[in-house]
Amino acid sequence: MNRKTITCKINGVQKEFLVDPDTRLQTVLRDQGYASVKFGCGEGACGACTIIMNGEAVYSCILYAFQADGQEIWTTEGVGSLDKPHPFQQALVEEGAVQCGFCIPGMIMSAKALLDREPDPSEEEIRLSMDGNICRCTGYEKIWTALHKVIAQGKGRES
Amino acid sequence: MKKETFSVVNHSVLKIDGLQLALGRKSYVADLKPSDALYVKMLWSPHAHAEITSIDIRKAETMPGVRCVLCHTNTPRNIHCTAGQGFPEPSPYDTFMFDKKVRYVGDRVAAVAAETPEQAEEALKTIEVTYNLLEPVFTVDRALEPDAPIIHDEPEAHIPIPVPYEPEHNIVAKVGMEAGEFDQALAQADYSFDYTYETPYAQHCPIETYISMAHIDARGRVVVETSTQVPFHARRIIARTLGIPVRQIRVIKPRIGGGFGSKQEMLLEDVVALMALRTGRHVIWQLTRAENFRTGRTRHPIRLRIRTGVQKDGTLSALGMDAINNTGAYGGHGLTVVSCCGSKVLPLYRCDNIHFDARVVYTNLPVGGAYRGFGATQAFFAVETQIDEMAEAIGMDPLVFRQKNHIRTGDGSPVFQALGEGKEGTPMTIGSCALDQCILQGAAAIGWERRTPHTEKTGRYRTGIGMCCLMQGSSVPEIDMGAAAIKMNDDGSFNLTIGATDLGTGSDTVLGQIAAEALRTTIDQMIVYSSDTDLTPFDVGAYASSTTYLSGEAVRKAAVKVLNQILGVAAEMLEVPAESLEARESTVFSADGRQATYSEICLYALYQKNQFQIMDSASHITHKSPPPFAAHFVELELDTFTGCIKLLQYVATVDCGTAINPKLAEGQTEGGVMNGLSYALTEQYLFDSRGKMTNASFHNYHIWSMRDKPILKTILVPSYEETGPFGAKSVSEICINGPAPAINNALYNAAGIRLREFPFTPERVWNELQKKQA
Ligand code: FES
Ligand code: FES
Repeated sequence: MNRKTITCKINGVQKEFLVDPDTRLQTVLRDQGYASVKFGCGEGACGACTIIMNGEAVYSCILYAFQADGQEIWTTEGVGSLDKPHPFQQALVEEGAVQCGFCIPGMIMSAKALLDREPDPSEEEIRLSMDGNICRCTGYEKIWTALHKVIAQGKGRES
Repeated sequence: MKKETFSVVNHSVLKIDGLQLALGRKSYVADLKPSDALYVKMLWSPHAHAEITSIDIRKAETMPGVRCVLCHTNTPRNIHCTAGQGFPEPSPYDTFMFDKKVRYVGDRVAAVAAETPEQAEEALKTIEVTYNLLEPVFTVDRALEPDAPIIHDEPEAHIPIPVPYEPEHNIVAKVGMEAGEFDQALAQADYSFDYTYETPYAQHCPIETYISMAHIDARGRVVVETSTQVPFHARRIIARTLGIPVRQIRVIKPRIGGGFGSKQEMLLEDVVALMALRTGRHVIWQLTRAENFRTGRTRHPIRLRIRTGVQKDGTLSALGMDAINNTGAYGGHGLTVVSCCGSKVLPLYRCDNIHFDARVVYTNLPVGGAYRGFGATQAFFAVETQIDEMAEAIGMDPLVFRQKNHIRTGDGSPVFQALGEGKEGTPMTIGSCALDQCILQGAAAIGWERRTPHTEKTGRYRTGIGMCCLMQGSSVPEIDMGAAAIKMNDDGSFNLTIGATDLGTGSDTVLGQIAAEALRTTIDQMIVYSSDTDLTPFDVGAYASSTTYLSGEAVRKAAVKVLNQILGVAAEMLEVPAESLEARESTVFSADGRQATYSEICLYALYQKNQFQIMDSASHITHKSPPPFAAHFVELELDTFTGCIKLLQYVATVDCGTAINPKLAEGQTEGGVMNGLSYALTEQYLFDSRGKMTNASFHNYHIWSMRDKPILKTILVPSYEETGPFGAKSVSEICINGPAPAINNALYNAAGIRLREFPFTPERVWNELQKKQA
């Protein structure tokens, strides 16, 4: 197989990987230790693997690693830390929106892509932007509340 | 309600693992995988019912990267039950690690461990299997016919408890009870009703699929890190399946990505454990989403015939349920699920004449298991639909009819005594019931007074308002046990170790709150560690709505013992009798105003005089299973041209006793309702003619997203359950039971139709509308 070296910026750091043409971006990211990129379906239907690539929230499980060559990627690891969580991460915790937590990094990336683009989105924009992330635990109420809290505080664009 | 002022309990403290998970830190099984782990892939049966006449794995064993191949010719043949239940299980032993026979599309045939997942896949293709196809059994009716193929004809199949088990008739279990004179009461009722309902297959769909990883530690023991709800049962079942001693096995549950009952099962652990033993390597196995649907556990489809009688004055005179539970190819949880159709549903309304008869039947379809609601979900759909119908027949508001008949504090029910887990139940008097308040507050929130009869509604779009009442239980009395240990540290913090299993519900937080409350300290002083068979005490695990009520009481008892030790040391330090001391805010105060902080007390105990470790443990079993109660209300708009249902608002009230953590209790309610809504409206298993599920993907099996979210209002209605920790009962399961019956009743209120089957797809609803018009 034609392995190829790709370079991309992940969470602000330049990285280089040798990858096979059929390797998915999700697999590469997980293998490189970006554990926030979850496997929920592997077929672009749950959102657990959502990352931000060039400002857009995308499913990393249905992208080939090759497609990330030269691109700029953000994962949840790059969004906040124990000392300085992103306001949405903080709000999720405060609102009790994290149950099993498996969907949460993906939710964060979809929300961040939205808020970075539009800090004060309409209800419809929120519903559409978050439609690709499914959560089986929360019923979405508290995630919804957390998102609105961040928007109301005008903290949407902070990171 | 008892008034107590709590400082930690009944407060929405932050979930202790919330931030780590929101940051995406390595927490789940897949995150713990070392880079050199072997990957497992399974060859699944393509046939619903067949004998394996030959299997050749020699080629696979020589394929690149392959390190281990397992099938029935080279694995232990120890009959067992995969259901994670108490021991001996109320479920048949009808499963081998690998068998010579396959019983559903998705049964195990052979497994490969290889250096990469792709190599494992390639190797699977080289395994040669010949099958002798047998007639598949796809309906419970066929399964019960005298000439039906026998699905479990292996001589080893048996049930380890004294209950009927007739595999030669495809019967997994039979259970029933009678109270009063049911037949007579039904015959003499002013109105009687007899309808049959069918509930569908569904899957839990945790976003993390089943996953397990095993390795061999330095001493040669096998360590299994697994996404399980039942680490201690898993250890016992792995030991039995592999024929190795329990002491050789350590099971650890890290954070897990949801379970909802599906992981109350030992499904992957035996394979990774045996492969680790054979290869000495880390071995990891995660199911794909399609595998999770096809071979993972499901909600048992149940046929329910409900016969009821009612008097003109609204007295419920006869209540009968005949249930046939399709347990699929294996029988785990079949008996207990169907028992809960009776035990968690029939007591909700006062009635003197009760009949319950249930059977559990094998078919060659996916395997039923434990699923949040556990039989009550299925039965409430039927019973709460029929309750509405009875109210209608006597011209009574269905809300008033429920108010008149529902169980109350101080009531018992013959059902509690008659139906247990594979044996008789436990007599019980209801100690806490705020269902009356649930109904009133829910009615006010939805605007029940706006409800008009369907006969007054015209036009294409019609709104309807419906309701239902619900109950569940809290733990399995006299059977389930939870234990806790608490150890004090020199800064005044505490290690709380529990066998209880947090599957995302927040039980680690809730149990930490209970300990902190009883220890008179704060949640940040609690270091909670759970679900590790080497390091934590035993617990049956996360099921039967037991953790808060059962394990919580073990935690509270252990905390009280530790507090007494703390007071004893403080008494020695302050030279006053322990009885004169008072503890609050991590400090012990004497009557004369002196004090010792918890840190000073622990340092004294560890280093200064009469040294010892302040620590203790406690176990708890329960003698009753106090039900939480709920009243659910829904308002919808029905498009009578298309059969499409639009939810306008949903109100869920729930009485869970003291909510130890109100936000987490709300979260359980909201999540349960949302799952119940998509179960009622969109989720279904579709099969081809060979018994293969055809929509095993989130693309075609629709679970709801934020876009589908209706307006949902949750109301926690407090009561105080004397037997629970700080007045708590359970909350995790009950609310999934509401949407199907509430929506069905709202459909009636909108257009006068009642469905006996769901999901309420537009097609099904539209057909019902046409039937009504005809
Ligand atoms: S894992 Fe990528 S969308 Fe589900
Ligand atoms: S919190 Fe469990 S899937 Fe969303």
